[in-house]
Amino acid sequence: MSGNLPAPGSALRAMFRHECALQLRNRSELYNPLLFFTSIIVFVPLGISPEAGFLKQLAPGMVWIIALLSVLLSLDRVFQADFEDGSLEQALLSGQSGYMLVLAKVLVHWLFTGLPLTLLSPVLGIMLALPAEAYGCLMLSLFFGSGALCFIGAVGAALTVSLRRGGLLLSLIIIPLYVPVLIFGSGAVSAAAIGDSYGATLAVVVAFWLAALMLAPFAALGALKINLAE
Amino acid sequence: MQQLLLDKVSFSRDEVPLFTDVEASWPAGSIVQLQGANGAGKTTLLRIIAGLLRPSAGRVSFNEVPSGHYDFLSQLLYLGHQPGVKRSMTPLENLRWYFALNGLKGVQSSARPDEPGYVQALAKVGLRHYEDVPCYQLSAGQQRRVALARLFLSEAPLWLLDEPFTAVDVHGVALLEERIQAHAEQGGLVLLTTHQSWRVAGLEVLDLERFKASGARG
Repeated sequence: MSGNLPAPGSALRAMFRHECALQLRNRSELYNPLLFFTSIIVFVPLGISPEAGFLKQLAPGMVWIIALLSVLLSLDRVFQADFEDGSLEQALLSGQSGYMLVLAKVLVHWLFTGLPLTLLSPVLGIMLALPAEAYGCLMLSLFFGSGALCFIGAVGAALTVSLRRGGLLLSLIIIPLYVPVLIFGSGAVSAAAIGDSYGATLAVVVAFWLAALMLAPFAALGALKINLAE
Repeated sequence: MQQLLLDKVSFSRDEVPLFTDVEASWPAGSIVQLQGANGAGKTTLLRIIAGLLRPSAGRVSFNEVPSGHYDFLSQLLYLGHQPGVKRSMTPLENLRWYFALNGLKGVQSSARPDEPGYVQALAKVGLRHYEDVPCYQLSAGQQRRVALARLFLSEAPLWLLDEPFTAVDVHGVALLEERIQAHAEQGGLVLLTTHQSWRVAGLEVLDLERFKASGARG
């Protein structure tokens, strides 16, 4: 009887396209984390001190903290809508691999939150007087780091999906898990800013990303199934 | 012999039994209506059969494949209260997404319907010319029909339909009756819940009141 489903590859592609289209239709939600990210970075020099020597020290940690918070802000809608309109149970009952479906969803979510943050970060680096040699490291660390943040956060989003106002609980669950990513991510950028070697620290961020990419969809899938059985 | 088997299925929520020892089996080609008052557990039983919910005791299997298993899911079409229709997408996009994941689920074929097939199915449920209108502009009944259009394409041997007639007008109900009947004649097995009156030949009824836990709590 097996083998009467569409091939996993084509289902994955369709899921990917569908998710991208959905993100593009809800454009106002897309701008929200980006606007948050940009506005805070703009406020820092205005509110604290526009002096370059001072901002330089602040920049690596600041950009990373705000990036982390904007990812956190966007998390609660990863699975929420799909859970409420029944798309989630339809997807899981299709017989396609649930791991793959969750992976596609979170990847698209990152594509529309983490990636724009990464691309925007050099501009904000300039506003915070980040030294020129740190830009490469900033983008690399945010590229992998925001990926790790999205995947780790997806587990929390899946756990709290059936709670109407799960935002607070979600933050409480997720923030401790974000700490190591933040430490190594901003650590790498700080090292690059003062001209130290940052390869090893950045490698840890990449390791976080890989581990989250492989393991988090399992955990998220398990949590979603529990919530569907309520 | 293809059949759906419920073997002493019980379910309790928070220690309160909803139904106990539901035993039934239906061969392919049956149309079964689950009956019972509100809260008797019709939706719960359908969700258990689909494998979304684990029963407190007992087993469900279709052609000897336990529910929730890959080979079970690849024969299943489940339509819940929330049918998974995206409001920001058009009916056509919604159908494309559904069948990209599910395929027709016919025996041994991984085929997907083609574009004319989608348009035809939408026309059958009365959504001709609405193919490219975002679903949030459609009425509740029309949105429901987008989900029902799946029935006019799917060849899945097992259909579980939770209140398929909700928000559907008289003409729509008649169309659905016809389609369900045709599916059963081709060897499909249909389980559904409804409070509306409808007519098909050879309808079987499973009354959940019969399996109500015998009053004693805890």
